[in-house]
Amino acid sequence: MLKTRVIPTLLWKDYGLVKGKAFDSWRRIGSLLPAIRVYNTRDVDELIVVDITASREGHEIDFETVEEFAADCFVPLTVGGGLRHIDQVTKLLRSGADKVCLNSVCYESPQFVEESAKRFGSQCVVVSIDAKKTEQGYVCYSHSGSQIQNQSPVLWAKEMQERGAGEILLTSIDRDGLMEGFDLELIQEVCDAVSVPVIASGGAGNYDDFYKAVQAKASAVAGASLFHFTEQTPRQAKEYLSKKGVAVRQGAQ
Amino acid sequence: MKVGIIDYGMGNVFSVKNAFLHLGASVVVSSDWQVLQNSSHLILPGVGSFADGMKNLNELDLVQPLKEHLVHKKACLLGICLGMQLLADEGEEGGCTAGLSLIPGPVKKMQTQHSERLPHLGWNQVEWSQENALLNGIDSKTDFYFAHSYHFEAQDAFVIARTPYCGEFVSIVTKENVVGTQFHPEKSSKAGLRLLQNFLERTPSC
Repeated sequence: MLKTRVIPTLLWKDYGLVKGKAFDSWRRIGSLLPAIRVYNTRDVDELIVVDITASREGHEIDFETVEEFAADCFVPLTVGGGLRHIDQVTKLLRSGADKVCLNSVCYESPQFVEESAKRFGSQCVVVSIDAKKTEQGYVCYSHSGSQIQNQSPVLWAKEMQERGAGEILLTSIDRDGLMEGFDLELIQEVCDAVSVPVIASGGAGNYDDFYKAVQAKASAVAGASLFHFTEQTPRQAKEYLSKKGVAVRQGAQ
Repeated sequence: MKVGIIDYGMGNVFSVKNAFLHLGASVVVSSDWQVLQNSSHLILPGVGSFADGMKNLNELDLVQPLKEHLVHKKACLLGICLGMQLLADEGEEGGCTAGLSLIPGPVKKMQTQHSERLPHLGWNQVEWSQENALLNGIDSKTDFYFAHSYHFEAQDAFVIARTPYCGEFVSIVTKENVVGTQFHPEKSSKAGLRLLQNFLERTPSC
């Protein structure tokens, strides 16, 4: 049976591991490389590493640093942040990323997703959707939450799937970093709308939050603050899910 | 042992190279047959579409020399993901295209059942259907990492493992000195590295 993945997310800024709250006030909480080594040793299912300043500040992701992470990583590694040229995707994959995470560029040129999927295969194209709840319903944001887009996450997820996205990383901006639970309504709506896997992100505070996201049909659950700031671990999260009847991977001890 | 990774422009060779270096092998990455032909163990990695993969292999003039090399048992070959699919007779992804015909059978799109999603992406169990030295030290039903939407409909005689999804599909094939894994051993943590180690212990005459 295909297992539900539990994925630590690492936000990266100037070589540091940072933590945000509702996509703002990022503060440095450690170094990235040691964190990746620890997660690899603990045999996590997958890692997502996103350079949060690349798109906001318009600089290019540091490929050499990606090579350094990848050298220590024998589980799937998804990397994103400010990608806007196809040769950057090529370089990132050549630097050891297994999947690339696209966000802001998709709004500017949706055909970028098609081109990437055609060139590299859908399975390595993850489209990241950051959404916020408003009075008019859910709305997408780009550039690390700093620019509003005239798109609903449900319709956008469907369009991205049609254009070749192999996976959707869905993050609730409102819940990000608060550790008060995922936006389950958002997850359910997007999961019902697409047939590609959806990774639920933004708000996990405890293991039961993961379980609720799985009930809302997420194929994978991502967590940052709860893994970096509390005693909770991906392994225990999977033990909890397993007890609740969710199929998870039993990693090596 | 010399590992030659065939670089034919289909995705990330980094992880594959990294895994073999970790195992202490000497590794070359090349698209030039003159360089690759000195390897005892050749790797055909790859992500992307079947049609593009074959097009690139043909344009690099790698198809005939590779096939002759394998027939004469000069090396072992491991195809990973798309690389496994290219071992087949034909594939339908990107338009019906002839494959390397190293192991008989076609590659077809997977058909989802119930609430299954495609791509088949993530960790899933690999169940042994035949004993093989490639599986030494690894338990049947161990999880490996997959990322694909097509599968190789190989004949039973060449199947050494299957995986339950879209019904059930073939996750490891082998015929003489050729092996293919639908999953990514280089990204499947300790079990994946063990499988790569087992592959390095094969000799081309097998």
